[in-house]
Amino acid sequence: MNMGKEERAILVDPLVDNNPITLQILGICSALAVTTTLAASLLMCLALTSVTACSNASISMIRKHVPSSIRIIVQMTIIASLVIVVDQLLKAFAFDVAKQLSVFVGLIITNCIVLGRAEAFAMKNPPGLSFLDGLGNGLGYSLILIIVGTVRELFGSGSLLGYTILKPMTEEGGWYWTNGLMLLPPSAFFIIGLLIWGVRAWKPAQLEKAEYQIHQVHRTEVV
Amino acid sequence: MSDDPHTTEAAKQAPPVAGGRGSGGGLPQWLPARLREALSLPNDHPRKTVAVALVLCLVCSVLVAGAAVVLRPVQDANRALDRKQNILAVAGLLGPGVDVDEAFSRFEARAVDLETGTFTDAVDPASYDQRAAAADPQRSRNLPRAEDPAGIGRRANVAVVYLLREGDRIQQVILPVHGYGLWSTLYGFLSLEGDLATVAGLRFYEHAETPGLGGEVDNPAWRGKWQGKVVFGEGGEVRLQVVKGNVDPGAADAKHQVDGLAGATLTSRGVTNLIRYWLGDRGFGPFLDNLRSGKA
Repeated sequence: MNMGKEERAILVDPLVDNNPITLQILGICSALAVTTTLAASLLMCLALTSVTACSNASISMIRKHVPSSIRIIVQMTIIASLVIVVDQLLKAFAFDVAKQLSVFVGLIITNCIVLGRAEAFAMKNPPGLSFLDGLGNGLGYSLILIIVGTVRELFGSGSLLGYTILKPMTEEGGWYWTNGLMLLPPSAFFIIGLLIWGVRAWKPAQLEKAEYQIHQVHRTEVV
Repeated sequence: MSDDPHTTEAAKQAPPVAGGRGSGGGLPQWLPARLREALSLPNDHPRKTVAVALVLCLVCSVLVAGAAVVLRPVQDANRALDRKQNILAVAGLLGPGVDVDEAFSRFEARAVDLETGTFTDAVDPASYDQRAAAADPQRSRNLPRAEDPAGIGRRANVAVVYLLREGDRIQQVILPVHGYGLWSTLYGFLSLEGDLATVAGLRFYEHAETPGLGGEVDNPAWRGKWQGKVVFGEGGEVRLQVVKGNVDPGAADAKHQVDGLAGATLTSRGVTNLIRYWLGDRGFGPFLDNLRSGKA
């Protein structure tokens, strides 16, 4: 595809430089909940990316007709409809994994990334760019989810996509002691925290300025 | 994904218009004249607001309803296959590489009249839908609160059970059970050994309990704890229950008790209630008695 500089930036920026999870700290709830297995993470990524891209494009198309008084309701209606359609598609074509994701597909409706991109980008930009922006943010979210899902499934169950990689002790001839913590939601917090640390060490521009400085008190000062 | 048509749907509804806010020049001709007129008002005009909301709701409802209707047959087929897999799993017959339909054909599906506890031929077990029957006053009975510990409201008159026989001897009986947990009705299967008193397995195939808490009813480790538990006490009463915390293995009642789910007291209680109800006198109790004495 022949892309201009602007389009490329819109698509690539949210991957690392402006990642919805590690920089904007959005969409954490689902990132904790669905990443116990890589398969569930992948399906969630697919669902969220398609919803964000399509909702961005649809909202952008009607942006000039949206009365500001019902702006958010209009956005939510479009997002909710797309999420229901995606949920129905998953139930039809990926029934087993869809069952694992249970309520979390429905909860994409309340995912801050989707509404955030609609409000911040799609309301001001043409449909093509909005679609790319949704796609980029969805992929940024996906990148983190795939990393977290890989680490959690590999060290928590010793497998990837259901195939055994590290043979767990519970099986005959196994040597790997599975890390039960990895299957619990807190582990996703730790992994995402470490990722944020890593990204900010690599790109110091993402460091936030301290909001205040600790005042140094000298002995000569009277408190 | 096949989401692209939706975006074009939205495009038809109101394509981007040159000339900025409020200009309705680019509206498609097939829209009714009054709607076109309302849509070409300035954005913050009340009539425009109502018109936009109306059109949006119409488009979105067509989209959602369309997806639900078109995909229903595929979803139903998935559910039917899932049901068979669950029956096989609760019986311990589902392993990797097992042909579901072939393994399922070993079961004998029979309809049971819950009032009398006898087999009935009033319905076809293959196509019978217990949930639909429970909603139909002709084919179900209302349960007064006192008789309804499981919180199911109405109970169908007929249920389909699955028998696994070896020769003449019954090896396993699989009973459909359901009851209210914390957020949702849990639907599942309970499998009893040939003595009709020992649990072979319990498995829920549909519920919406909190993932990680009540949702742990799906945890294989917890499901495994049901195996070998004894349902009935000395006097024939249902003793099987989920306790709070862990079962003390030394206790006299340990064979009737299953560890509770941490952080899911109400779901655990719901499971106890549904077991008590469905194995009791108003559930499959009479049927199990008849089956034991060979009168079913």
